[in-house]
Amino acid sequence: MNKTATYQIKVTASTENLAEVRKFVALHAKRQGFTEEQISDLQLAVDEAYTNIIKHAYQNNKNEHVEINLSFDSDKLCISLFDSGNSFSPKNYNLPDIQKKIEERKRGGMGVYLIHRLMDSVSYHAKADKNEIRLCKNRN
Amino acid sequence: MKNFKINHRESSGLDVLDLHGELDAHTASQLEESLKLLIDSNKSSIIVNCSELDYIASAGLGVFMAYIEDVRSTGGDIKLTNMNERVYNVFDLLGFPTLYDILEDERDAIEQFSKEN
Repeated sequence: MNKTATYQIKVTASTENLAEVRKFVALHAKRQGFTEEQISDLQLAVDEAYTNIIKHAYQNNKNEHVEINLSFDSDKLCISLFDSGNSFSPKNYNLPDIQKKIEERKRGGMGVYLIHRLMDSVSYHAKADKNEIRLCKNRN
Repeated sequence: MKNFKINHRESSGLDVLDLHGELDAHTASQLEESLKLLIDSNKSSIIVNCSELDYIASAGLGVFMAYIEDVRSTGGDIKLTNMNERVYNVFDLLGFPTLYDILEDERDAIEQFSKEN
Protein backbone atom coordinates (compact mmCIF):
# COMPACT_ATOMS: atom_id res chain seq x y z
CA MET A 1 0.00 0.00 0.00
CA ASN A 2 2.99 2.33 0.21
CA LYS A 3 3.39 2.35 -3.52
CA THR A 4 1.82 5.25 -5.35
CA ALA A 5 -0.54 4.22 -8.14
CA THR A 6 -1.47 6.71 -10.83
CA TYR A 7 -4.06 6.59 -13.58
CA GLN A 8 -4.82 9.11 -16.29
CA ILE A 9 -7.61 9.92 -18.71
CA LYS A 10 -7.80 12.69 -21.31
CA VAL A 11 -11.21 13.79 -22.55
CA THR A 12 -12.63 16.58 -24.65
CA ALA A 13 -14.29 19.40 -22.74
CA SER A 14 -17.85 18.20 -23.19
CA THR A 15 -20.59 17.27 -20.75
CA GLU A 16 -21.08 14.17 -22.94
CA ASN A 17 -18.03 12.75 -21.15
CA LEU A 18 -19.29 13.29 -17.61
CA ALA A 19 -20.55 9.73 -17.20
CA GLU A 20 -17.27 8.30 -18.51
CA VAL A 21 -15.22 10.46 -16.12
CA ARG A 22 -17.37 9.40 -13.14
CA LYS A 23 -16.95 5.75 -14.13
CA PHE A 24 -13.18 6.14 -14.45
CA VAL A 25 -12.94 7.55 -10.92
CA ALA A 26 -15.31 4.95 -9.45
CA LEU A 27 -13.51 2.01 -11.06
CA HIS A 28 -10.09 2.87 -9.65
CA ALA A 29 -11.32 4.08 -6.27
CA LYS A 30 -13.21 0.82 -5.84
CA ARG A 31 -10.15 -1.26 -6.73
CA GLN A 32 -8.19 0.77 -4.22
CA GLY A 33 -10.63 -0.09 -1.46
CA PHE A 34 -12.60 3.14 -1.05
CA THR A 35 -16.09 2.68 0.41
CA GLU A 36 -19.28 3.14 -1.62
CA GLU A 37 -19.99 6.36 0.25
CA GLN A 38 -16.50 7.72 -0.43
CA ILE A 39 -16.83 6.76 -4.09
CA SER A 40 -20.11 8.70 -4.35
CA ASP A 41 -18.38 11.76 -2.90
CA LEU A 42 -15.45 11.41 -5.30
CA GLN A 43 -17.71 11.04 -8.32
CA LEU A 44 -19.75 14.10 -7.46
CA ALA A 45 -16.67 16.22 -6.70
CA VAL A 46 -14.94 15.34 -9.97
CA ASP A 47 -18.21 15.87 -11.88
CA GLU A 48 -18.63 19.38 -10.43
CA ALA A 49 -14.97 20.30 -11.07
CA TYR A 50 -15.05 19.03 -14.65
CA THR A 51 -18.38 20.78 -15.33
CA ASN A 52 -16.92 24.06 -14.04
CA ILE A 53 -13.92 23.70 -16.35
CA ILE A 54 -16.18 23.09 -19.35
CA LYS A 55 -18.30 26.14 -18.51
CA HIS A 56 -15.82 28.62 -17.06
CA ALA A 57 -12.36 27.72 -18.38
CA TYR A 58 -13.47 26.74 -21.89
CA GLN A 59 -16.90 28.40 -22.24
CA ASN A 60 -18.33 25.18 -23.69
CA ASN A 61 -15.76 24.85 -26.46
CA LYS A 62 -15.85 21.11 -27.16
CA ASN A 63 -12.56 21.16 -29.06
CA GLU A 64 -10.61 21.72 -25.87
CA HIS A 65 -9.28 19.02 -23.59
CA VAL A 66 -9.18 18.15 -19.92
CA GLU A 67 -6.66 15.79 -18.42
CA ILE A 68 -7.55 13.96 -15.24
CA ASN A 69 -4.97 12.25 -13.04
CA LEU A 70 -5.65 9.98 -10.12
CA SER A 71 -2.88 9.47 -7.65
CA PHE A 72 -3.37 6.95 -4.85
CA ASP A 73 -0.98 6.70 -1.95
CA SER A 74 -1.14 4.96 1.40
CA ASP A 75 -3.45 7.46 3.03
CA LYS A 76 -5.33 9.33 0.31
CA LEU A 77 -6.45 9.78 -3.28
CA CYS A 78 -5.69 13.03 -5.09
CA ILE A 79 -7.54 13.86 -8.30
CA SER A 80 -5.99 16.55 -10.49
CA LEU A 81 -7.88 18.13 -13.37
CA PHE A 82 -5.75 20.07 -15.87
CA ASP A 83 -6.99 22.53 -18.46
CA SER A 84 -5.44 25.25 -20.59
CA GLY A 85 -8.38 27.66 -20.57
CA ASN A 86 -9.16 30.76 -18.54
CA SER A 87 -7.90 30.27 -15.03
CA PHE A 88 -10.41 30.74 -12.26
CA SER A 89 -10.04 30.27 -8.58
CA PRO A 90 -13.22 30.78 -6.62
CA LYS A 91 -12.89 32.95 -3.55
CA ASN A 92 -16.15 31.98 -1.94
CA TYR A 93 -16.69 28.47 -0.63
CA ASN A 94 -19.72 29.26 1.51
CA LEU A 95 -23.14 27.70 1.21
CA PRO A 96 -24.94 29.65 -1.50
CA ASP A 97 -28.20 31.39 -0.61
CA ILE A 98 -30.51 28.99 -2.43
CA GLN A 99 -33.70 30.84 -1.39
CA LYS A 100 -32.40 34.05 -2.95
CA LYS A 101 -31.35 32.26 -6.12
CA ILE A 102 -34.80 30.70 -6.41
CA GLU A 103 -36.49 34.08 -6.06
CA GLU A 104 -34.23 35.50 -8.75
CA ARG A 105 -34.72 32.37 -10.89
CA LYS A 106 -30.99 31.84 -10.89
CA ARG A 107 -29.14 28.60 -10.70
CA GLY A 108 -25.59 27.39 -10.49
CA GLY A 109 -22.84 28.44 -8.14
CA MET A 110 -23.31 25.30 -6.04
CA GLY A 111 -20.52 23.13 -7.42
CA VAL A 112 -17.62 24.80 -5.61
CA TYR A 113 -19.38 24.54 -2.26
CA LEU A 114 -20.12 20.84 -2.86
CA ILE A 115 -16.52 20.09 -3.85
CA HIS A 116 -15.26 21.61 -0.60
CA ARG A 117 -17.82 19.70 1.47
CA LEU A 118 -17.03 16.38 -0.20
CA MET A 119 -13.23 16.49 -0.26
CA ASP A 120 -10.64 16.87 2.50
CA SER A 121 -8.52 19.38 0.62
CA VAL A 122 -8.97 21.47 -2.52
CA SER A 123 -6.31 23.63 -4.15
CA TYR A 124 -5.92 25.62 -7.35
CA HIS A 125 -2.62 26.00 -9.19
CA ALA A 126 -2.43 28.34 -12.17
CA LYS A 127 0.68 28.09 -14.33
CA ALA A 128 1.49 29.87 -17.58
CA ASP A 129 0.01 27.21 -19.86
CA LYS A 130 -1.97 25.02 -17.51
CA ASN A 131 -4.45 25.26 -14.68
CA GLU A 132 -4.78 22.56 -12.11
CA ILE A 133 -7.49 21.91 -9.56
CA ARG A 134 -6.39 19.30 -7.07
CA LEU A 135 -8.95 17.43 -4.98
CA CYS A 136 -7.80 15.09 -2.23
CA LYS A 137 -9.73 12.66 -0.08
CA ASN A 138 -8.28 10.70 2.81
CA ARG A 139 -8.80 6.97 3.00
CA ASN A 140 -9.86 7.26 6.65
CA MET B 1 -25.07 6.29 -24.57
CA LYS B 2 -28.35 6.94 -22.80
CA ASN B 3 -27.88 7.11 -19.09
CA PHE B 4 -30.93 9.23 -18.29
CA LYS B 5 -34.62 8.90 -19.12
CA ILE B 6 -37.87 10.59 -18.09
CA ASN B 7 -41.38 9.17 -18.21
CA HIS B 8 -44.47 11.29 -17.83
CA ARG B 9 -47.69 9.89 -16.43
CA GLU B 10 -50.76 11.06 -14.54
CA SER B 11 -51.73 9.90 -11.10
CA SER B 12 -54.85 11.08 -9.24
CA GLY B 13 -55.08 13.98 -11.68
CA LEU B 14 -51.50 15.09 -10.96
CA ASP B 15 -48.56 15.06 -13.31
CA VAL B 16 -45.76 12.71 -12.37
CA LEU B 17 -42.30 12.67 -13.88
CA ASP B 18 -40.36 9.46 -13.26
CA LEU B 19 -36.61 10.04 -13.44
CA HIS B 20 -34.34 7.15 -14.36
CA GLY B 21 -30.55 7.06 -14.28
CA GLU B 22 -28.03 9.85 -13.89
CA LEU B 23 -28.88 13.54 -13.84
CA ASP B 24 -25.88 15.78 -14.55
CA ALA B 25 -24.93 18.86 -16.58
CA HIS B 26 -25.40 16.81 -19.75
CA THR B 27 -28.80 15.28 -19.03
CA ALA B 28 -30.30 18.23 -17.11
CA SER B 29 -31.64 19.73 -20.35
CA GLN B 30 -34.02 16.75 -20.71
CA LEU B 31 -35.53 17.45 -17.31
CA GLU B 32 -35.74 21.11 -18.18
CA GLU B 33 -37.69 20.35 -21.36
CA SER B 34 -40.12 18.09 -19.55
CA LEU B 35 -40.81 20.65 -16.83
CA LYS B 36 -41.19 23.45 -19.37
CA LEU B 37 -43.65 21.40 -21.36
CA LEU B 38 -45.83 20.88 -18.28
CA ILE B 39 -45.62 24.52 -17.16
CA ASP B 40 -46.37 25.80 -20.66
CA SER B 41 -49.54 23.73 -20.70
CA ASN B 42 -50.54 25.24 -17.34
CA LYS B 43 -49.78 22.15 -15.29
CA SER B 44 -48.51 23.29 -11.94
CA SER B 45 -49.02 20.38 -9.56
CA ILE B 46 -46.02 18.26 -10.39
CA ILE B 47 -44.54 15.24 -8.65
CA VAL B 48 -41.02 14.18 -9.50
CA ASN B 49 -40.53 10.54 -8.53
CA CYS B 50 -36.84 9.79 -8.01
CA SER B 51 -37.08 6.09 -7.16
CA GLU B 52 -35.00 5.13 -10.22
CA LEU B 53 -32.67 8.14 -10.03
CA ASP B 54 -29.19 6.82 -9.29
CA TYR B 55 -27.22 10.03 -9.31
CA ILE B 56 -27.64 13.80 -9.25
CA ALA B 57 -25.15 16.66 -9.67
CA SER B 58 -25.79 20.33 -8.90
CA ALA B 59 -26.85 20.99 -12.51
CA GLY B 60 -29.85 18.76 -11.82
CA LEU B 61 -30.78 20.69 -8.70
CA GLY B 62 -30.41 23.88 -10.73
CA VAL B 63 -33.35 22.86 -12.93
CA PHE B 64 -35.64 22.62 -9.90
CA MET B 65 -34.40 26.02 -8.74
CA ALA B 66 -35.17 27.64 -12.06
CA TYR B 67 -38.83 26.57 -12.21
CA ILE B 68 -40.13 26.31 -8.66
CA GLU B 69 -41.19 29.97 -8.46
CA ASP B 70 -43.12 29.68 -11.72
CA VAL B 71 -45.26 26.83 -10.45
CA ARG B 72 -45.68 28.22 -6.93
CA SER B 73 -46.81 31.61 -8.25
CA THR B 74 -49.77 29.87 -9.91
CA GLY B 75 -50.67 27.95 -6.75
CA GLY B 76 -48.82 24.78 -7.64
CA ASP B 77 -45.68 23.07 -6.49
CA ILE B 78 -42.99 20.63 -7.51
CA LYS B 79 -42.78 17.86 -4.94
CA LEU B 80 -39.91 15.41 -4.95
CA THR B 81 -40.36 11.83 -3.77
CA ASN B 82 -38.74 8.41 -3.35
CA MET B 83 -35.10 9.56 -3.31
CA ASN B 84 -32.37 7.11 -2.46
CA GLU B 85 -30.01 8.11 0.34
CA ARG B 86 -27.20 9.14 -1.98
CA VAL B 87 -29.40 11.48 -4.02
CA TYR B 88 -31.07 12.90 -0.89
CA ASN B 89 -27.65 13.65 0.57
CA VAL B 90 -26.86 16.06 -2.28
CA PHE B 91 -30.14 17.95 -1.75
CA ASP B 92 -29.43 17.98 1.96
CA LEU B 93 -25.88 19.36 1.62
CA LEU B 94 -27.33 22.36 -0.20
CA GLY B 95 -30.17 22.94 2.26
CA PHE B 96 -33.00 22.01 -0.11
CA PRO B 97 -35.13 20.13 2.45
CA THR B 98 -36.22 23.42 4.06
CA LEU B 99 -37.17 24.97 0.70
CA TYR B 100 -38.72 22.02 -1.14
CA ASP B 101 -41.26 19.38 -0.26
CA ILE B 102 -39.16 16.22 -0.32
CA LEU B 103 -41.33 13.26 0.62
CA GLU B 104 -40.76 9.61 1.34
CA ASP B 105 -43.30 8.29 -1.14
CA GLU B 106 -45.35 9.44 -4.12
CA ARG B 107 -48.54 8.77 -2.13
CA ASP B 108 -47.43 11.34 0.45
CA ALA B 109 -47.11 13.93 -2.29
CA ILE B 110 -50.58 13.15 -3.65
CA GLU B 111 -51.98 13.52 -0.14
CA GLN B 112 -50.12 16.77 0.40
CA PHE B 113 -51.45 18.20 -2.88
CA SER B 114 -55.01 17.24 -1.97
CA LYS B 115 -54.68 19.08 1.35
CA GLU B 116 -53.31 22.18 -0.35
CA ASN B 117 -55.98 22.45 -3.04
